[in-house]
Amino acid sequence: MPKKIENVGCPYCGVCCDDLVVTVSDDGKQILEVENACAIGNQIFHHATGSERVKLPRLRQPDGTYKDISYDEAVDYAAKVLYNAKKPLIYGFGSTNCEGMAAAAKVAEKAGAVLDNCASICHGSSFLAIFDNGYPSCTLGETKNRADVIVYWGANPAHAHPRHMSRYSIFPRGFFTGKGHKSRKIIVIDPRHTDTAQVADIYLQVKQGHDYELFDAFRAVVRGHEIPDEVAGIKREKILEVADILKKARFGTIFYGMGLCHSDGRNHNVDIAISLTRDLNDFTKWTIMAMRGHYNITGPGAVWSWQYGFPYCLDLTKKDIAHMNPGETSSVDLAMRDEVDAFFNVGTDAGAHFPIEAVKHLRKHPWITVDPNICMASEISDLHIPVGIVGVEVPGIVYRMDNVPIQYRKVIDPPEGVISDEELFERIHKRLCEIEAEEAAKTEIKAAPEGVRAEE
Amino acid sequence: MSEFIIKNGFVFDPLQGIKGDRMDVAVKDGKIVEPGTLKSPKTIDAAGMTVMAGGVDIHSHVVGPKVNVGRLFRPEDKLFKSPHKSPTCSRMEMGFSVPSTFKTGYDYARMGYVFVNEAAMPPLHSPHVHEEIRDTPIIDNAAMPVFGNNWFTLEYLKNNEIENNAAYTAWLLRATRGFGIKVVNPGGSEAWGWGLNCVNIHDPVPYFDITPAEIVKGLIETNEFLGLPHSVHLHANNLGNPGNYVDTLESLKLAEGYTAKNDFGREQVMHMTHLQFHSYGGDSWGNFESRAKDVMDYVNAHDNLTIDMGQVTLDETTTMTADGPFEHHLCSLNHLKWANVDVELETAAGVVPYIYSPKVKVCTIQWAVGLELALFSKDLMRTFITTDHPNAGPFTRYPRVITWLMSRAARDATMKTFKWLDKTIDATSIDGIDRELSLYEIAQMTRAGPAKALGVSNTYGGLAPGMDADIAVYALNPENMPSDPVEIEKAFGRCAWLVKDGVVTVRDGEVVAEPAKRTIWVDVKVPENAQVQRDIYEHFLKHYSVKLDNYSLFEEHLHNPRVIEVNTTE
Repeated sequence: MPKKIENVGCPYCGVCCDDLVVTVSDDGKQILEVENACAIGNQIFHHATGSERVKLPRLRQPDGTYKDISYDEAVDYAAKVLYNAKKPLIYGFGSTNCEGMAAAAKVAEKAGAVLDNCASICHGSSFLAIFDNGYPSCTLGETKNRADVIVYWGANPAHAHPRHMSRYSIFPRGFFTGKGHKSRKIIVIDPRHTDTAQVADIYLQVKQGHDYELFDAFRAVVRGHEIPDEVAGIKREKILEVADILKKARFGTIFYGMGLCHSDGRNHNVDIAISLTRDLNDFTKWTIMAMRGHYNITGPGAVWSWQYGFPYCLDLTKKDIAHMNPGETSSVDLAMRDEVDAFFNVGTDAGAHFPIEAVKHLRKHPWITVDPNICMASEISDLHIPVGIVGVEVPGIVYRMDNVPIQYRKVIDPPEGVISDEELFERIHKRLCEIEAEEAAKTEIKAAPEGVRAEE
Repeated sequence: MSEFIIKNGFVFDPLQGIKGDRMDVAVKDGKIVEPGTLKSPKTIDAAGMTVMAGGVDIHSHVVGPKVNVGRLFRPEDKLFKSPHKSPTCSRMEMGFSVPSTFKTGYDYARMGYVFVNEAAMPPLHSPHVHEEIRDTPIIDNAAMPVFGNNWFTLEYLKNNEIENNAAYTAWLLRATRGFGIKVVNPGGSEAWGWGLNCVNIHDPVPYFDITPAEIVKGLIETNEFLGLPHSVHLHANNLGNPGNYVDTLESLKLAEGYTAKNDFGREQVMHMTHLQFHSYGGDSWGNFESRAKDVMDYVNAHDNLTIDMGQVTLDETTTMTADGPFEHHLCSLNHLKWANVDVELETAAGVVPYIYSPKVKVCTIQWAVGLELALFSKDLMRTFITTDHPNAGPFTRYPRVITWLMSRAARDATMKTFKWLDKTIDATSIDGIDRELSLYEIAQMTRAGPAKALGVSNTYGGLAPGMDADIAVYALNPENMPSDPVEIEKAFGRCAWLVKDGVVTVRDGEVVAEPAKRTIWVDVKVPENAQVQRDIYEHFLKHYSVKLDNYSLFEEHLHNPRVIEVNTTE
């Protein structure tokens, strides 16, 4: 009898749906059916057993081919790379669990590495704004139960977060929102008329790159000031109408995406979005939330904040104190300046996401990819270490886009012999300690030379 | 070193009434034993030093989501404020007012503390709390889930269904692996869901139509119905505002007529936390004044209450509380950055940086209020040292707080730095108080008292045979106390020895071992309650954003548990 496993968390996007039902074959080796997931989430589960998986670490040979090696050999190789590197970079972590992130941090601290996550090329600009201005937010259930006005600004959940609108924002019936969609005003602000804009009550086609001005106009109106006839391509009357809706809301949430944090203005766009949220709280209740991308990209920001006090771009190279300065200690900037001499790509694909010049610099040095799948990074690596897929084969804690921890389950075993990110990094840490001890023993002998008159 | 003996120290153990007698304390296999039972123990020479049980902190924000927001959004709290890693510790230590988990564990250990009660756990975030507990070395942790704005609690108490509320409470303690009933701004944080607040204890909660007073009384009844180790732990309404001592007295009076029912030696029915923030007179910041005397007169006269100070330490720090409306109010006063998290069906939280400056009159009056509470106290077994870490200051300032309490000269030296000294003296009683607390009284306030109030005094807070071998030795000679109060602060900041679970953990102020820490939680057995089960099912089906089966903490995310069992079915 195939077995149905309920309340399964989905390892795709920051919505972190935890209501999936996965049917597994009698022998527990095949995933037969995935219910409730979006098309992309569905595919992640089916991919686990429906395709050829890499089951052993693969080491690049002089002729350019990969050769299978054991995990012990891979761990030894990785530890030696870290030991010998002056400034290794350990980057990624969008798609693994917090246990893996904590173990990787232990390795980075021991090795004196730079530790960074995908926020560095994504919502890092949101962090910069949060450092300056704070973050008045809420959990997604609050939005579902209370919100009567929803704003999506520079975000297109219809494609990027497929179940966001139905689970939390537009459609669900919550405690104080029993009429669901009918009781809510939906405002979408985007230069493109996206599929999300199609469900909006009000769509504002902001002039591309002029988001800051439109926020500024809203702030001016909310505070009772005059504005020009047109701002950022939007007519004054329309701005007044929307500002009035914002001000009269019982509870509102602004969901914003990369349209803000990666268009002109970047962190300043997010900063003024936060300021507008603060202003609105003088009249009613408003909250703001970043549409974090991957299911656990909020995780490294949480884990490394409690371990070091910084969410990303952690320079641990001094080994006794952590330092963060995005621009100086951020992955792409380090790579562009060719400052790192070893690279770990963990649970992401820097080969696909980084600028080609950055990839070319990184490629000059040992490049190790830790990922369940074949991706562009794995194909240009010196070593590819496969690990179990979190949420499918490995359980663990992940943080949803609203910082709520969700406990993920496993539905099947990983392919025989394949280990988790956490176990891999624990083993690298252990090996690194052994190498350090071996090397320390050698230098001790060097450090105590015998004098010429030792015999006297 | 499973057997050893701490010889010739001056022992202060209020739980046994030992007041600085020169005695030996013997340890075997992690427990305290009678000195005569050891065969060939190693010796720790504590001659000329003070020996106490390991410290117990009843109220500190050290792990969980709002603490972590405080870390995340304040990089400036790390810059030039973090020490270099100690070669004897396994991990780096970062941060000042909101230290990293590792620094938290190490610094508490250096001060001779072994048990820290996390003051507010949003139930939905319990897996996060337990992840941070895992990464906080050495010290044992408990965490109190918040109940005062929880929709289940509000509904049950509105209908006066104590038994149902008790069944729900037991369920939630198990689901979150929590320790006791925390109440923060009862009703007010729910009102904050609409941007509102409950301005006094009779101001009804929007929609739920129950008053803060009814919530507090209902939770006291629930707590004593269950017989939990700890009492209701209350952060009262109207925190931080001039004239709020009236609301505080009203809140304290809610405990009248209740007596403690439990098997854990606890005598209070209400612990009123960070009382400093609740003891203000005046009706504006202009005529802001201390009302510590009025509040303490009431506390002194009522044995069923305990309090902690919430002492302002005059540092730049990070305020964080489940009192969402208060943090919004605070950011409109100081215009600094503001983080807020409203948590569905349960609570809210806010975080705002704050600078308590000796140049600001309100801050120096707050400083005096906190000290007055302790100095007016007639029973230091019911009055505990806290800074409501990190709200009034970081816990690493406890040694300084102790020094202020033990030395009039230390208080005078600090007051000399105040810009508005005359106005501070006018608005407070601090200048007229000569009282200096003794080491015995400090032991009451920092270990014996909190352990008793938490209902864990059979394990923590004392040195009787059979208790955990958690022992702090301070380089202070009670017969020859240093004339310079700075030396007192140094001694309490870096203990000479800390034994945790029978392992020498700190020596000469340095962490030398990191023994496994524990998670303390309370497991209450209650009769099956079909209605509560159905209510839980319904709320999770319709209103929570996570599934019921993913809400309760998975066993694998609970680290090194120590369970306190309570059985109400017998």
